[in-house]
Amino acid sequence: MSNIAIIDYGMGNLFSVTKAVEHVAGSSDKIVVTSDADKISTSDKVIFPGQGAAKDCMSALQQCDLQAAIIDAASQKPFLGICMGMQVLMQMSEENNGVDCLGMYQGSVKYFGNHLSIGSGDNSFKVPHMGWNCIEQQQRHPLWKDISESSYFYFVHSYFVSTDNENLIAGTTSYGPTFTSVIAQDNVFAMQCHPEKSAQAGLQLLKNFLNWNGSNTVN
Amino acid sequence: MTLAKRIIPCLDVDAGRVVKGVKFIDIRDAGDPVEIAKRYDHEGADEITFLDITASSDNRETMVHVVEQVASEVFIPLTVGGGIRKVEDIRTLLNAGADKVGINTAAVFNPEFVKQASDKVGSQCIVVAIDAKQVSSEGETKRWEIFTHGGRKPTGLDALEWAQKMQDFGAGEILLTSMDRDGTKIGFDLALTRAVSEAVGIPVIASGGVGTLAHLADGVTIGKADAVLAASIFHFGEYTIQQAKNYMAEQGIAVRL
Repeated sequence: MSNIAIIDYGMGNLFSVTKAVEHVAGSSDKIVVTSDADKISTSDKVIFPGQGAAKDCMSALQQCDLQAAIIDAASQKPFLGICMGMQVLMQMSEENNGVDCLGMYQGSVKYFGNHLSIGSGDNSFKVPHMGWNCIEQQQRHPLWKDISESSYFYFVHSYFVSTDNENLIAGTTSYGPTFTSVIAQDNVFAMQCHPEKSAQAGLQLLKNFLNWNGSNTVN
Repeated sequence: MTLAKRIIPCLDVDAGRVVKGVKFIDIRDAGDPVEIAKRYDHEGADEITFLDITASSDNRETMVHVVEQVASEVFIPLTVGGGIRKVEDIRTLLNAGADKVGINTAAVFNPEFVKQASDKVGSQCIVVAIDAKQVSSEGETKRWEIFTHGGRKPTGLDALEWAQKMQDFGAGEILLTSMDRDGTKIGFDLALTRAVSEAVGIPVIASGGVGTLAHLADGVTIGKADAVLAASIFHFGEYTIQQAKNYMAEQGIAVRL
Protein backbone atom coordinates (compact mmCIF):
# COMPACT_ATOMS: atom_id res chain seq x y z
CA MET A 1 0.00 0.00 0.00
CA SER A 2 1.17 3.51 -0.62
CA ASN A 3 0.20 7.10 -0.06
CA ILE A 4 0.04 8.91 -3.37
CA ALA A 5 -0.02 12.70 -3.41
CA ILE A 6 -1.41 14.47 -6.46
CA ILE A 7 -0.15 18.03 -6.30
CA ASP A 8 -2.85 20.68 -6.59
CA TYR A 9 -1.54 24.17 -7.19
CA GLY A 10 -4.63 25.54 -8.86
CA MET A 11 -3.46 24.87 -12.42
CA GLY A 12 -6.28 23.02 -13.97
CA ASN A 13 -8.31 20.00 -13.85
CA LEU A 14 -7.27 17.22 -11.50
CA PHE A 15 -10.53 15.31 -11.74
CA SER A 16 -9.41 13.09 -14.61
CA VAL A 17 -5.95 12.42 -13.20
CA THR A 18 -7.43 11.50 -9.84
CA LYS A 19 -10.10 9.24 -11.33
CA ALA A 20 -7.62 7.47 -13.58
CA VAL A 21 -5.23 6.85 -10.68
CA GLU A 22 -8.12 5.63 -8.52
CA HIS A 23 -9.14 3.35 -11.37
CA VAL A 24 -5.82 1.49 -11.33
CA ALA A 25 -5.03 1.81 -7.60
CA GLY A 26 -5.27 -1.06 -5.17
CA SER A 27 -7.82 -0.92 -2.38
CA SER A 28 -5.12 -0.11 0.18
CA ASP A 29 -3.60 2.76 -1.80
CA LYS A 30 -4.45 6.15 -0.41
CA ILE A 31 -4.75 8.98 -2.92
CA VAL A 32 -4.73 12.54 -1.73
CA VAL A 33 -5.08 15.68 -3.85
CA THR A 34 -3.18 18.34 -1.98
CA SER A 35 -1.44 21.69 -1.99
CA ASP A 36 0.06 21.02 1.43
CA ALA A 37 3.86 20.68 1.44
CA ASP A 38 3.75 18.47 4.53
CA LYS A 39 1.40 16.00 2.90
CA ILE A 40 3.66 15.89 -0.14
CA SER A 41 6.69 15.23 2.00
CA THR A 42 5.02 12.42 3.96
CA SER A 43 3.62 10.71 0.85
CA ASP A 44 5.28 7.69 -0.75
CA LYS A 45 4.77 8.77 -4.33
CA VAL A 46 4.05 12.06 -6.01
CA ILE A 47 2.15 12.95 -9.17
CA PHE A 48 2.79 16.43 -10.50
CA PRO A 49 0.26 17.40 -13.20
CA GLY A 50 -0.24 20.81 -14.73
CA GLN A 51 -1.92 22.74 -17.48
CA GLY A 52 -1.89 26.25 -18.78
CA ALA A 53 0.95 28.68 -19.36
CA ALA A 54 4.46 28.32 -17.91
CA LYS A 55 4.37 31.72 -16.24
CA ASP A 56 1.07 30.99 -14.49
CA CYS A 57 2.33 27.58 -13.39
CA MET A 58 5.52 28.96 -11.91
CA SER A 59 3.73 31.77 -10.10
CA ALA A 60 1.09 29.36 -8.80
CA LEU A 61 3.88 27.16 -7.41
CA GLN A 62 5.42 30.19 -5.76
CA GLN A 63 2.11 31.32 -4.31
CA CYS A 64 1.44 27.87 -2.88
CA ASP A 65 5.04 27.80 -1.65
CA LEU A 66 5.53 24.37 -3.18
CA GLN A 67 8.79 24.69 -5.10
CA ALA A 68 10.96 23.28 -2.32
CA ALA A 69 8.52 20.44 -1.63
CA ILE A 70 8.45 19.47 -5.30
CA ILE A 71 12.21 19.53 -5.74
CA ASP A 72 12.55 17.60 -2.51
CA ALA A 73 10.06 14.92 -3.63
CA ALA A 74 11.62 14.70 -7.08
CA SER A 75 15.01 14.06 -5.55
CA GLN A 76 13.96 11.05 -3.48
CA LYS A 77 10.63 9.33 -4.16
CA PRO A 78 8.78 7.97 -7.18
CA PHE A 79 7.72 11.09 -9.03
CA LEU A 80 5.53 11.38 -12.12
CA GLY A 81 5.34 14.67 -14.01
CA ILE A 82 2.53 15.17 -16.51
CA CYS A 83 2.38 17.83 -19.25
CA MET A 84 3.33 21.16 -17.60
CA GLY A 85 4.53 19.00 -14.72
CA MET A 86 7.25 17.79 -17.09
CA GLN A 87 8.03 21.17 -18.66
CA VAL A 88 8.59 23.09 -15.42
CA LEU A 89 11.25 20.58 -14.31
CA MET A 90 13.54 22.05 -16.96
CA GLN A 91 15.72 25.16 -16.71
CA MET A 92 13.50 27.56 -18.60
CA SER A 93 10.56 27.88 -21.00
CA GLU A 94 10.29 30.09 -24.07
CA GLU A 95 6.63 30.67 -23.24
CA ASN A 96 5.48 34.12 -22.04
CA ASN A 97 8.73 35.73 -23.33
CA GLY A 98 10.86 33.43 -21.21
CA VAL A 99 10.14 31.95 -17.80
CA ASP A 100 12.63 30.49 -15.35
CA CYS A 101 11.50 27.01 -14.33
CA LEU A 102 12.52 24.66 -11.51
CA GLY A 103 15.84 23.84 -13.18
CA MET A 104 16.08 20.22 -12.10
CA TYR A 105 17.25 19.14 -15.53
CA GLN A 106 19.41 20.65 -18.18
CA GLY A 107 17.29 21.76 -21.11
CA SER A 108 14.56 24.16 -22.10
CA VAL A 109 11.00 24.26 -23.35
CA LYS A 110 10.50 25.50 -26.90
CA TYR A 111 7.58 26.62 -29.06
CA PHE A 112 6.58 24.29 -31.92
CA GLY A 113 5.76 27.24 -34.13
CA ASN A 114 9.43 28.25 -34.26
CA HIS A 115 10.48 24.80 -35.45
CA LEU A 116 7.90 23.80 -38.00
CA SER A 117 5.76 25.61 -40.51
CA ILE A 118 2.25 26.06 -39.26
CA GLY A 119 -0.60 25.40 -41.64
CA SER A 120 -2.36 22.57 -43.37
CA GLY A 121 -0.16 21.90 -46.42
CA ASP A 122 1.59 18.58 -46.78
CA ASN A 123 4.78 19.79 -45.10
CA SER A 124 3.17 21.95 -42.48
CA PHE A 125 1.79 21.24 -39.06
CA LYS A 126 -0.94 22.53 -36.84
CA VAL A 127 -0.27 23.96 -33.42
CA PRO A 128 -1.28 22.91 -30.77
CA HIS A 129 -0.05 19.38 -31.33
CA MET A 130 -3.39 17.86 -30.39
CA GLY A 131 -4.39 14.23 -30.52
CA TRP A 132 -2.92 10.75 -30.43
CA ASN A 133 0.71 10.26 -31.32
CA CYS A 134 3.26 7.50 -30.79
CA ILE A 135 5.95 7.34 -28.18
CA GLU A 136 9.15 5.57 -29.18
CA GLN A 137 10.73 4.19 -26.02
CA GLN A 138 14.35 5.30 -25.69
CA GLN A 139 15.17 3.59 -22.38
CA ARG A 140 14.25 0.36 -20.80
CA HIS A 141 12.23 1.46 -17.82
CA PRO A 142 9.84 -0.17 -15.32
CA LEU A 143 7.14 2.33 -16.35
CA TRP A 144 7.12 0.93 -19.89
CA LYS A 145 6.17 -2.52 -18.59
CA ASP A 146 3.45 -4.10 -20.79
CA ILE A 147 3.30 -1.03 -23.02
CA SER A 148 4.34 -1.81 -26.55
CA GLU A 149 6.83 0.21 -28.54
CA SER A 150 5.18 3.03 -30.55
CA SER A 151 2.03 3.01 -28.43
CA TYR A 152 -0.31 5.92 -28.96
CA PHE A 153 -0.77 8.47 -26.18
CA TYR A 154 -2.91 11.61 -26.06
CA PHE A 155 -1.09 14.93 -26.43
CA VAL A 156 -2.23 18.52 -26.31
CA HIS A 157 0.51 21.15 -26.19
CA SER A 158 2.23 23.91 -28.13
CA TYR A 159 5.61 23.77 -26.36
CA PHE A 160 8.03 20.85 -26.05
CA VAL A 161 11.06 19.89 -23.99
CA SER A 162 14.45 20.07 -25.63
CA THR A 163 17.54 18.68 -23.91
CA ASP A 164 21.10 17.80 -24.90
CA ASN A 165 21.33 15.26 -22.10
CA GLU A 166 20.59 12.06 -23.99
CA ASN A 167 20.59 9.98 -20.82
CA LEU A 168 17.52 11.88 -19.72
CA ILE A 169 15.43 10.95 -22.77
CA ALA A 170 13.06 8.04 -22.14
CA GLY A 171 10.69 8.58 -25.04
CA THR A 172 10.48 10.52 -28.27
CA THR A 173 7.61 11.51 -30.54
CA SER A 174 7.63 12.71 -34.08
CA TYR A 175 5.79 15.90 -34.96
CA GLY A 176 7.77 17.67 -37.60
CA PRO A 177 11.08 17.18 -35.88
CA THR A 178 11.30 14.41 -33.32
CA PHE A 179 10.95 15.83 -29.83
CA THR A 180 11.53 14.52 -26.32
CA SER A 181 8.12 13.42 -25.08
CA VAL A 182 9.33 11.56 -21.97
CA ILE A 183 12.24 12.10 -19.62
CA ALA A 184 13.40 9.78 -16.86
CA GLN A 185 16.23 9.84 -14.37
CA ASP A 186 16.54 7.96 -11.11
CA ASN A 187 13.17 8.23 -9.34
CA VAL A 188 11.66 10.75 -11.77
CA PHE A 189 9.58 9.97 -14.84
CA ALA A 190 7.87 12.80 -16.67
CA MET A 191 5.83 12.88 -19.84
CA GLN A 192 4.36 15.51 -22.12
CA CYS A 193 1.26 13.47 -22.93
CA HIS A 194 -1.72 12.80 -20.69
CA PRO A 195 -1.75 9.19 -19.44
CA GLU A 196 -5.08 9.89 -17.74
CA LYS A 197 -6.61 10.43 -21.20
CA SER A 198 -4.66 7.81 -23.11
CA ALA A 199 -7.02 4.85 -22.78
CA GLN A 200 -5.41 1.47 -22.05
CA ALA A 201 -1.79 2.50 -22.59
CA GLY A 202 -2.19 5.43 -20.22
CA LEU A 203 -3.88 3.37 -17.52
CA GLN A 204 -1.12 0.77 -17.79
CA LEU A 205 1.50 3.47 -17.32
CA LEU A 206 -0.26 4.82 -14.23
CA LYS A 207 -0.51 1.29 -12.88
CA ASN A 208 3.21 0.79 -13.48
CA PHE A 209 3.86 4.02 -11.60
CA LEU A 210 1.86 2.82 -8.59
CA ASN A 211 3.91 -0.39 -8.61
CA TRP A 212 7.22 1.42 -9.03
CA ASN A 213 9.85 1.53 -6.30
CA GLY A 214 11.64 4.47 -7.87
CA SER A 215 14.57 2.55 -9.26
CA ASN A 216 14.99 2.69 -13.01
CA THR A 217 16.51 -0.75 -13.43
CA VAL A 218 14.31 -3.23 -15.23
CA ASN A 219 14.12 -6.63 -13.62
CA MET B 1 4.65 7.27 -37.03
CA THR B 2 2.83 10.50 -36.82
CA LEU B 3 -0.14 12.25 -35.29
CA ALA B 4 -3.19 10.07 -35.89
CA LYS B 5 -6.35 11.33 -37.53
CA ARG B 6 -9.12 11.09 -34.99
CA ILE B 7 -12.53 9.46 -35.18
CA ILE B 8 -15.04 11.08 -32.84
CA PRO B 9 -18.52 9.71 -32.18
CA CYS B 10 -20.99 12.39 -31.13
CA LEU B 11 -23.84 11.81 -28.70
CA ASP B 12 -26.86 14.07 -28.22
CA VAL B 13 -27.81 14.30 -24.57
CA ASP B 14 -31.15 15.59 -23.31
CA ALA B 15 -31.63 15.93 -19.57
CA GLY B 16 -28.89 13.41 -18.89
CA ARG B 17 -30.00 10.78 -21.38
CA VAL B 18 -28.64 9.94 -24.80
CA VAL B 19 -31.33 10.60 -27.37
CA LYS B 20 -31.80 9.97 -31.09
CA GLY B 21 -31.59 6.32 -30.12
CA VAL B 22 -28.42 4.33 -29.99
CA LYS B 23 -29.07 0.79 -31.04
CA PHE B 24 -26.41 -1.59 -29.86
CA ILE B 25 -27.83 -5.01 -29.33
CA ASP B 26 -25.54 -5.74 -26.42
CA ILE B 27 -26.18 -2.53 -24.52
CA ARG B 28 -28.80 -2.86 -21.85
CA ASP B 29 -29.60 0.78 -21.45
CA ALA B 30 -29.22 2.62 -24.75
CA GLY B 31 -29.92 5.93 -23.06
CA ASP B 32 -27.09 5.71 -20.56
CA PRO B 33 -24.22 8.01 -21.57
CA VAL B 34 -21.72 6.07 -19.43
CA GLU B 35 -22.50 2.71 -21.01
CA ILE B 36 -22.38 4.10 -24.52
CA ALA B 37 -19.17 6.03 -23.88
CA LYS B 38 -17.56 2.87 -22.50
CA ARG B 39 -18.60 0.96 -25.56
CA TYR B 40 -17.09 3.57 -27.90
CA ASP B 41 -13.90 3.69 -25.86
CA HIS B 42 -13.67 -0.08 -26.11
CA GLU B 43 -14.12 0.09 -29.90
CA GLY B 44 -11.24 2.55 -30.12
CA ALA B 45 -12.91 5.98 -30.30
CA ASP B 46 -10.24 8.68 -30.07
CA GLU B 47 -12.49 11.13 -28.32
CA ILE B 48 -16.17 11.48 -27.50
CA THR B 49 -18.28 14.57 -28.02
CA PHE B 50 -21.43 15.19 -26.03
CA LEU B 51 -23.88 17.70 -27.35
CA ASP B 52 -26.23 18.95 -24.64
CA ILE B 53 -29.54 19.57 -26.36
CA THR B 54 -31.42 20.12 -23.11
CA ALA B 55 -33.80 22.97 -23.75
CA SER B 56 -34.44 23.98 -20.17
CA SER B 57 -31.67 25.72 -18.29
CA ASP B 58 -32.86 24.01 -15.09
CA ASN B 59 -31.23 20.88 -16.38
CA ARG B 60 -27.76 22.38 -16.91
CA GLU B 61 -26.55 20.64 -13.77
CA THR B 62 -27.53 17.29 -15.22
CA MET B 63 -24.90 17.54 -17.97
CA VAL B 64 -22.22 18.22 -15.38
CA HIS B 65 -23.14 15.00 -13.60
CA VAL B 66 -23.08 13.10 -16.89
CA VAL B 67 -19.57 14.38 -17.58
CA GLU B 68 -18.43 13.44 -14.08
CA GLN B 69 -19.79 9.92 -14.41
CA VAL B 70 -18.31 9.35 -17.85
CA ALA B 71 -14.94 10.87 -16.92
CA SER B 72 -14.75 8.58 -13.88
CA GLU B 73 -14.85 5.49 -16.05
CA VAL B 74 -13.75 6.41 -19.56
CA PHE B 75 -10.19 7.65 -19.96
CA ILE B 76 -10.12 9.35 -23.34
CA PRO B 77 -10.70 13.02 -24.17
CA LEU B 78 -14.23 14.31 -23.75
CA THR B 79 -15.73 17.39 -25.40
CA VAL B 80 -18.99 18.97 -24.31
CA GLY B 81 -20.98 21.46 -26.35
CA GLY B 82 -24.39 23.03 -26.29
CA GLY B 83 -25.65 26.14 -24.53
CA ILE B 84 -22.31 27.27 -23.11
CA ARG B 85 -22.45 31.02 -22.52
CA LYS B 86 -20.32 31.83 -19.50
CA VAL B 87 -16.70 31.20 -18.53
CA GLU B 88 -18.16 29.80 -15.34
CA ASP B 89 -20.01 27.11 -17.35
CA ILE B 90 -16.72 26.16 -18.96
CA ARG B 91 -14.85 25.89 -15.69
CA THR B 92 -17.58 23.75 -14.20
CA LEU B 93 -17.44 21.31 -17.11
CA LEU B 94 -13.64 21.15 -17.13
CA ASN B 95 -13.59 20.52 -13.39
CA ALA B 96 -16.07 17.70 -13.96
CA GLY B 97 -13.59 15.97 -16.27
CA ALA B 98 -14.29 17.46 -19.70
CA ASP B 99 -11.18 18.24 -21.72
CA LYS B 100 -12.70 20.67 -24.16
CA VAL B 101 -15.88 22.65 -24.55
CA GLY B 102 -17.61 23.60 -27.76
CA ILE B 103 -18.84 27.17 -28.16
CA ASN B 104 -21.26 27.83 -30.98
CA THR B 105 -24.02 30.42 -30.83
CA ALA B 106 -22.41 32.36 -28.00
CA ALA B 107 -19.36 32.93 -30.22
CA VAL B 108 -21.50 34.32 -33.03
CA PHE B 109 -23.35 36.76 -30.79
CA ASN B 110 -20.33 37.66 -28.70
CA PRO B 111 -16.96 36.80 -30.28
CA GLU B 112 -15.18 38.36 -27.31
CA PHE B 113 -16.46 35.44 -25.26
CA VAL B 114 -14.09 33.14 -27.13
CA LYS B 115 -11.22 35.46 -26.25
CA GLN B 116 -12.20 35.63 -22.58
CA ALA B 117 -12.66 31.89 -22.41
CA SER B 118 -9.35 31.00 -24.03
CA ASP B 119 -7.51 33.53 -21.87
CA LYS B 120 -8.95 31.90 -18.78
CA VAL B 121 -8.73 28.21 -19.56
CA GLY B 122 -6.31 28.03 -22.49
CA SER B 123 -6.92 27.64 -26.22
CA GLN B 124 -6.52 23.89 -26.05
CA CYS B 125 -9.84 23.65 -24.19
CA ILE B 126 -11.82 25.81 -26.59
CA VAL B 127 -13.50 24.32 -29.64
CA VAL B 128 -15.47 26.77 -31.73
CA ALA B 129 -18.35 25.04 -33.49
CA ILE B 130 -19.17 26.50 -36.88
CA ASP B 131 -22.42 25.71 -38.69
CA ALA B 132 -21.94 26.69 -42.31
CA LYS B 133 -24.16 26.64 -45.38
CA GLN B 134 -23.26 27.26 -48.98
CA VAL B 135 -24.64 30.60 -50.16
CA SER B 136 -23.05 30.86 -53.62
CA SER B 137 -25.00 29.68 -56.63
CA GLU B 138 -23.77 27.09 -59.06
CA GLY B 139 -21.01 28.42 -61.30
CA GLU B 140 -19.97 31.10 -58.80
CA THR B 141 -16.89 30.85 -56.63
CA LYS B 142 -18.00 28.81 -53.64
CA ARG B 143 -18.90 30.76 -50.54
CA TRP B 144 -20.29 29.63 -47.24
CA GLU B 145 -21.96 31.58 -44.48
CA ILE B 146 -22.44 30.96 -40.78
CA PHE B 147 -25.97 30.03 -39.77
CA THR B 148 -27.49 29.77 -36.31
CA HIS B 149 -30.61 28.12 -34.92
CA GLY B 150 -30.00 24.76 -36.51
CA GLY B 151 -29.27 26.25 -39.91
CA ARG B 152 -32.33 28.49 -40.10
CA LYS B 153 -30.89 31.94 -39.41
CA PRO B 154 -28.19 33.44 -41.63
CA THR B 155 -25.68 35.75 -39.95
CA GLY B 156 -23.99 37.28 -42.98
CA LEU B 157 -20.63 36.02 -41.67
CA ASP B 158 -18.33 34.37 -44.21
CA ALA B 159 -17.32 30.93 -42.98
CA LEU B 160 -13.62 31.18 -43.87
CA GLU B 161 -13.20 34.66 -42.43
CA TRP B 162 -15.09 33.58 -39.33
CA ALA B 163 -12.87 30.53 -38.83
CA GLN B 164 -9.77 32.69 -39.08
CA LYS B 165 -11.23 35.24 -36.69
CA MET B 166 -12.04 32.52 -34.17
CA GLN B 167 -8.47 31.25 -34.44
CA ASP B 168 -7.19 34.77 -33.77
CA PHE B 169 -9.55 35.02 -30.81
CA GLY B 170 -8.04 31.93 -29.26
CA ALA B 171 -9.99 28.92 -30.53
CA GLY B 172 -7.85 25.78 -30.23
CA GLU B 173 -9.89 23.78 -32.68
CA ILE B 174 -12.77 24.19 -35.14
CA LEU B 175 -15.73 21.80 -35.27
CA LEU B 176 -17.06 22.41 -38.75
CA THR B 177 -20.58 21.26 -39.62
CA SER B 178 -22.08 21.60 -43.06
CA MET B 179 -25.74 22.42 -42.54
CA ASP B 180 -26.39 21.40 -46.15
CA ARG B 181 -25.12 17.90 -45.43
CA ASP B 182 -26.10 17.34 -41.81
CA GLY B 183 -28.40 14.31 -41.62
CA THR B 184 -28.18 13.55 -45.36
CA LYS B 185 -25.68 10.67 -45.26
CA ILE B 186 -24.27 11.74 -48.66
CA GLY B 187 -20.86 12.70 -47.28
CA PHE B 188 -19.10 15.79 -45.93
CA ASP B 189 -19.08 19.04 -47.87
CA LEU B 190 -15.47 18.40 -48.88
CA ALA B 191 -14.94 21.76 -50.57
CA LEU B 192 -16.02 23.54 -47.39
CA THR B 193 -13.93 21.26 -45.18
CA ARG B 194 -10.82 21.74 -47.27
CA ALA B 195 -11.30 25.50 -47.57
CA VAL B 196 -11.61 25.94 -43.81
CA SER B 197 -8.84 23.49 -43.02
CA GLU B 198 -6.46 25.34 -45.32
CA ALA B 199 -7.53 28.71 -43.98
CA VAL B 200 -6.50 28.03 -40.37
CA GLY B 201 -3.49 26.65 -38.53
CA ILE B 202 -5.52 24.92 -35.83
CA PRO B 203 -7.09 21.45 -36.11
CA VAL B 204 -10.41 21.10 -37.93
CA ILE B 205 -13.01 18.43 -37.17
CA ALA B 206 -15.28 17.66 -40.13
CA SER B 207 -18.94 17.00 -39.38
CA GLY B 208 -22.24 16.59 -41.15
CA GLY B 209 -23.26 14.06 -43.74
CA VAL B 210 -21.36 10.85 -43.03
CA GLY B 211 -23.10 7.77 -44.40
CA THR B 212 -20.24 5.44 -45.30
CA LEU B 213 -16.68 4.65 -44.25
CA ALA B 214 -15.44 6.15 -47.50
CA HIS B 215 -16.98 9.46 -46.44
CA LEU B 216 -14.88 9.45 -43.29
CA ALA B 217 -11.70 8.78 -45.25
CA ASP B 218 -12.57 11.47 -47.83
CA GLY B 219 -12.91 14.01 -45.02
CA VAL B 220 -9.26 13.46 -44.21
CA THR B 221 -7.71 12.82 -47.62
CA ILE B 222 -9.71 15.30 -49.70
CA GLY B 223 -11.13 17.60 -47.03
CA LYS B 224 -7.78 17.77 -45.14
CA ALA B 225 -9.59 17.47 -41.83
CA ASP B 226 -7.63 16.49 -38.72
CA ALA B 227 -10.53 14.58 -37.25
CA VAL B 228 -13.91 13.31 -38.38
CA LEU B 229 -17.09 13.31 -36.34
CA ALA B 230 -20.13 11.16 -36.94
CA ALA B 231 -23.22 10.10 -35.06
CA SER B 232 -25.74 7.88 -36.74
CA ILE B 233 -23.45 5.46 -38.61
CA PHE B 234 -21.96 4.44 -35.28
CA HIS B 235 -25.07 4.66 -33.12
CA PHE B 236 -27.12 2.28 -35.20
CA GLY B 237 -24.38 -0.28 -35.41
CA GLU B 238 -23.99 0.14 -39.17
CA TYR B 239 -20.27 0.33 -38.59
CA THR B 240 -18.07 0.04 -35.55
CA ILE B 241 -15.33 2.56 -34.83
CA GLN B 242 -12.88 -0.31 -35.29
CA GLN B 243 -14.17 -0.96 -38.82
CA ALA B 244 -13.90 2.73 -39.60
CA LYS B 245 -10.30 2.78 -38.41
CA ASN B 246 -9.36 -0.34 -40.31
CA TYR B 247 -10.83 1.17 -43.45
CA MET B 248 -8.97 4.42 -42.98
CA ALA B 249 -5.72 2.57 -42.31
CA GLU B 250 -6.21 0.67 -45.59
CA GLN B 251 -6.45 4.04 -47.32
CA GLY B 252 -3.04 4.94 -45.90
CA ILE B 253 -4.40 7.27 -43.20
CA ALA B 254 -2.58 7.25 -39.85
CA VAL B 255 -5.02 6.07 -37.19
CA ARG B 256 -4.64 4.71 -33.68
CA LEU B 257 -5.39 1.02 -33.99
